[in-house]
Amino acid sequence: MNAMEKRFPTRISFRRGQVDMTHGSGGRAMAQLIEELFIKHFDNDLLRQGNDQALFTPPAGRLVMSTDGHVVSPLFFPGGDIGSLSVHGTINDVAMSGARPLYLSAGFILEEGFPLADLERIVVSMAEASRAAGVPVVTGDTKVVERGKGDGVFITTTGVGVVPEGLEISGANARPGDVILVSGPIGDHGVAIMSSRENLAFETAIVSDSAALHELIADMVTAVPEIHCLRDPTRGGLAATLNEIAYQSRVGMRLEEDDIPLRPEVDAACELLGLDPLYVANEGKLVAICPADKADALLNVMQAHDLGHETAIIGEVIEDDMGFVTMDTGFGGTRIVDWLAGEQLPRIC
Amino acid sequence: MKYVEEFRQKNIARKLADDIACNADTGRNYNIMEFCGGHTHAIFRYGVQDLMPDNVRFVHGPGCPVCVLPIPRIDAAIELAERHGVILCTYGDMMRVPASRKNSLIKAKAAGADIRMVYSTQDALQIARDTPDREVVFFAIGFETTTPPTAVAIKVAAAEGLKNFSVFCNHVLTPAAIQHILQSPELRELGQVSIDGFLGPSHVSSIIGSAPYDFFAEEFQKPVVIAGFEPLDVMQSALMLIRQVNDGRFEVENEYTRVVTPEGNEVAKDLMAEVFTLRRSFEWRGLGEVPYSALRIAEAFSDWDAEKRFQLTESTGTDVKGCECPAILRGVKKPTDCKLFGTVCTPDNPQGSCMVSSEGSCAAYWSFGRFRMDRVKEAAE
Repeated sequence: MNAMEKRFPTRISFRRGQVDMTHGSGGRAMAQLIEELFIKHFDNDLLRQGNDQALFTPPAGRLVMSTDGHVVSPLFFPGGDIGSLSVHGTINDVAMSGARPLYLSAGFILEEGFPLADLERIVVSMAEASRAAGVPVVTGDTKVVERGKGDGVFITTTGVGVVPEGLEISGANARPGDVILVSGPIGDHGVAIMSSRENLAFETAIVSDSAALHELIADMVTAVPEIHCLRDPTRGGLAATLNEIAYQSRVGMRLEEDDIPLRPEVDAACELLGLDPLYVANEGKLVAICPADKADALLNVMQAHDLGHETAIIGEVIEDDMGFVTMDTGFGGTRIVDWLAGEQLPRIC
Repeated sequence: MKYVEEFRQKNIARKLADDIACNADTGRNYNIMEFCGGHTHAIFRYGVQDLMPDNVRFVHGPGCPVCVLPIPRIDAAIELAERHGVILCTYGDMMRVPASRKNSLIKAKAAGADIRMVYSTQDALQIARDTPDREVVFFAIGFETTTPPTAVAIKVAAAEGLKNFSVFCNHVLTPAAIQHILQSPELRELGQVSIDGFLGPSHVSSIIGSAPYDFFAEEFQKPVVIAGFEPLDVMQSALMLIRQVNDGRFEVENEYTRVVTPEGNEVAKDLMAEVFTLRRSFEWRGLGEVPYSALRIAEAFSDWDAEKRFQLTESTGTDVKGCECPAILRGVKKPTDCKLFGTVCTPDNPQGSCMVSSEGSCAAYWSFGRFRMDRVKEAAE
């Protein structure tokens, strides 16, 4: 009998254990964490190749690639956690080119002392999100930093995808006369996060909108391949996204405040905290810009999808050398919707 | 959002705009100073000026709590954190206000000082309870609105015997500032500023009541209308002021009756009187030394006074050269009169305090209204 020695005599205790420096050292403890946690939950053929890289043949067409670091605090929040967020965030960044996302990679930076139970919960959530989206995590990396040199866990995910023929989607493609749509109420994610921060805990039923939008986008680009721009209004909110596009495309924009979807609870929470919902982060919404004659078709296909049923037309692209995004206020005046300056801070008086 | 949205209705705004247009005499101008940054913010945020006739103008006043704090006080706060090693707790608005030598709380924090943003005095107390081996100082700023919560914190610290907690008190008083503006030579002797009436503070007045303004209306013959912070409040109050001006009246009227009473909040006023005492004089950015315009911690609570507990250096820091914040805070200049505005001074890189808080008139003008600058320029070309 010359069977190989059993690789790990005892299993990792995810219930009571915690991350220590050996989990990133390249030794047996790291191999065991990879096998009993990451491979177990992310399980797929490419990952099981067991190499330092995933080997695959890309489909024909133009490839896109995107990467995103996730450092959210708190790690668990109403409607999601850092795990699901790291999957959705990168899938969305890939998909905003109109691409079909193919694969993800995941890099973990763990802090010494971080409970393994929390890590397992995060990895399970990531695996569920990736399976639901049909986009597997095919390669990864784990590093451990000393206690006090991280914030529990940071996750960087990278995604690749393939863009269907005939699409030309870019933040530089908005043209005067185009119509601006947003796929649903804004600000849910940012308010959900703030409601769960330790020093600010307030009771709310608001949950993060964290979601993978690639299937919605697949429907959109099939129905309206003429879409000019797609972008997800994450950090900096709707205001930052529209300003980025206006700058890239050298155009202005005019919005109607009353047409921008906003939940009353989010509106109320922002009022209380002195925040402007236009600057609050979203993780499951997108902004689409298309020629005016395609706007109704795009609106219909978006509203037919679960993740876009509250889609609204919120304004139009205009000619403007200064690149201003202005808004007709619900009150009857006009204001600029500017870039966010610094961090959005609460007002005190 | 009930009780808020009803004060933001477009159809009522239209009707009020019509009323204002009918009442405003086209043969004259109406210069209305809104004292508070909250009003400034509402005017820009909702585009209220767009609904006003050209001869009704808002002059932005000094009522932005972070804007009026002079550089030496911010230098002192930074010194507390850097040299005395305390945990300095501050409201978020203060973080980016410029101090001497291009410093600010946010830069000092990045350089290693333990400066923490809090949402209330209670957060600061909790930090003190949780870190008994560290000195925790609350950087108290603001007008009468934020003063009672500071008083409560000091009383709680006293009751709990919380020895590692203290307050760096910078609370200032509204009536003294209004009086100072009304007495300024620019207004009285030089005639550089003409102010026809005041939109009186809303939140401040919920504490001190409307009675303290009677003196100004009488002495300086200027009408005052206590106005809420919602855009319809601002418009209704502007209409009330225009009517007073037309009638030659100078009374204190209260538009914000849903919150403000003549006598104010007696409990809060008693608390302030118990915990604080008047400073003989205090420096304001823009206004200079203003007599009896600020509060210090009363002798009975001096154990919780950071200025007594720590030896602070006298800073001689001054505003950046060319910065017109002082004149803007007095209503003598508009943000666009400043050479730095929009060139080296923007909300991302503020040189003066008015460009920091969203209640500061430069920041409000830049962030919400600068598209009008080009229209003005185009019209002139």
